[in-house]
Amino acid sequence: MLGRTLREVSAALKQGQITPTELCQKCLSLIKKTKFLNAYITVSEEVALKQAEESEKRYKKGRSLGDLDGIPIAVKDNFSTSGIETTCASNMLKGYVPPYNATVVQKLLDQGAVLMGKTNLDEFAMGSGSTDGAFGPVKNPWSYSKQYREKRKQKPHGENEDSDWLITGGSSGGSAAAVAAFTCFAALGSDTGGSTRNPAAHCGVVGFKPSYGLVSRHGLIPLVNSMDVPGILTRCVDDAAIVLGMLAGHDPKDSTTIQDPVKPFTLPTLTDVSELCIGIPKEYLAPELSCEVRSFWSKAANLFESEGAKVIEVSLPHTSYSIVCYHVLCTSEVASNMARFDGLEYGHRCDINVSTEAMYAATRREGFNDVVRGRILAGNFFLLKENYENYFIKAQKVRRLIANDFVKVFNSGVDVLLTPTTLQEAAPYLEFIKEDNRTRSAQDDIFTQAVNMAGLPAVSVPVALSNQGLPIGLQFIGRAFCDQQLLKIAKWFEKQVQFPVIQLQELMNDGSSVSEIEKLASVSLKH
Amino acid sequence: MWPLATRLGLRSWLGWRRGFTSKADPQGSGRVTAEVIEHLERLALVDFGSQEAVARLEKAIAFADRLRAVDTDGVEPMESVLEDRCLYLRSDSVVEGNCAEELLQNAHQVVEEYFVAPPGNISLPKQDEQEPFSDN
Repeated sequence: MLGRTLREVSAALKQGQITPTELCQKCLSLIKKTKFLNAYITVSEEVALKQAEESEKRYKKGRSLGDLDGIPIAVKDNFSTSGIETTCASNMLKGYVPPYNATVVQKLLDQGAVLMGKTNLDEFAMGSGSTDGAFGPVKNPWSYSKQYREKRKQKPHGENEDSDWLITGGSSGGSAAAVAAFTCFAALGSDTGGSTRNPAAHCGVVGFKPSYGLVSRHGLIPLVNSMDVPGILTRCVDDAAIVLGMLAGHDPKDSTTIQDPVKPFTLPTLTDVSELCIGIPKEYLAPELSCEVRSFWSKAANLFESEGAKVIEVSLPHTSYSIVCYHVLCTSEVASNMARFDGLEYGHRCDINVSTEAMYAATRREGFNDVVRGRILAGNFFLLKENYENYFIKAQKVRRLIANDFVKVFNSGVDVLLTPTTLQEAAPYLEFIKEDNRTRSAQDDIFTQAVNMAGLPAVSVPVALSNQGLPIGLQFIGRAFCDQQLLKIAKWFEKQVQFPVIQLQELMNDGSSVSEIEKLASVSLKH
Repeated sequence: MWPLATRLGLRSWLGWRRGFTSKADPQGSGRVTAEVIEHLERLALVDFGSQEAVARLEKAIAFADRLRAVDTDGVEPMESVLEDRCLYLRSDSVVEGNCAEELLQNAHQVVEEYFVAPPGNISLPKQDEQEPFSDN
């Protein structure tokens, strides 16, 4: 049951094949078994069971709230959740319990979703590995998959089995791992520079970044106000579309959400791609791109072409500057956004009481890790009077050039762009930490963050396994506010590539679970 | 006055800082002088804490310097991708709130309905004004 899609499970709930409480308990039990992944910071067991109970009552009366009623979901720990600790994986917010729900969380709860817990991330969503949080790094479930382990056996390695585990990517690594390990059916992430798409590609799940302005950011603890969006992680594109339908729409509490009316939609199935024009940006052919990813990218382009679509090479000339531009804008906005953490009204507070300045300084030294502090200081440097014009304003100008690159390409008739999501498959943790956070982010965000600069929708779809048995994802970038069309194309593509299911049998291997799966696999669902 | 641990940390930190200006960072732009460090620390209320952090800032600046190569003549800065749209603010009327108790629960030091702050208007001591340490 846990391996099903959201739509299938929802149907099973409606038909009474399983109750919300049973589903919730299965997920909770699996969360306990997969605790070593460190995907969750807080598991909200009591809350989840209570929500499941209420969902069950609704189903019994035949009054379910919709497709999400009773469905276990997880939320990244930088979304405020009323009554549940929200830490952003930082010492600064340990013990902080928000008095309100983020709008997107509220919308999910209003639809009857069952909140399993808050997932792990890089501290304040800064990073591309989910390795720099106060609660430790997140392990990629694929490290323990049969597919990966079998390939490893061919290579001699005398070390401890677990020392070579892989990162999930970041910063929404916990959410990606939670979805990939079947502990929930959908998870919320946030996407500022690729933080939803990057871990999605490394964990073999779908990571969707909506258009900026489509989904409310109220309650999402901000990193970069002009680029953040809540992201959606699911095991298939259709599920992401269901969740998007519930979350999109104007929020009076977030003035950066557009006013256009949005209705929940059922994603139509595309059968004919011959009308489509797919753009391949030539500047994305980076020298650091691994051969395997390049080969899958090329195969994907050929696939579209063989099915009749027009596939053309396009140019985004300012691509090589987008990382630098992002670096300046991100650190500048971070410097401003992190100023609210002073220990006075919430969060960590040090013991010094000499003066407010001394208290703030010591609180912030104790509360933030090196990555956050580094970005704050860099941001403040770029915002100094003497540097403002040369760095911050300059970066804003370059941002316009980058956004215009995309506009030109889409105006020339391209429907979607097809690019890699990451340079290569998930790296082993010990390799990853050899370079510092900023270097890694600059390397790993290369394909994903220009999209945030332009505010466009994008989705990472898992394509195939690498030679090492690890997932590789490809990214589709759509026109602004054409999220539905983007997902339609992604859904078609997903069907063509038939990405394999992760085999975590060692985990699921206790007598009852295995037989349950076998039993349910033979039941046919009648819609 | 200051807890011992903080003083010790401060002492070793001051030590390297005094030595810093005599070291040339081969990779850096040389722009991160001791004055800049002090200025940034006051503005950000976050300290560098180590030589590494300064080196990191230097690298970050060197990285950002790559933007100079882009020709942005006649280009307007872009503040928001939604600049072509009208974004509305809510009307200024109270519809929720009245949760003072809940909000006060998250603070460490509270007296009745007040957040307690240490005295303000006292600047952080300058580098050369730091007291020599004695075990108090």
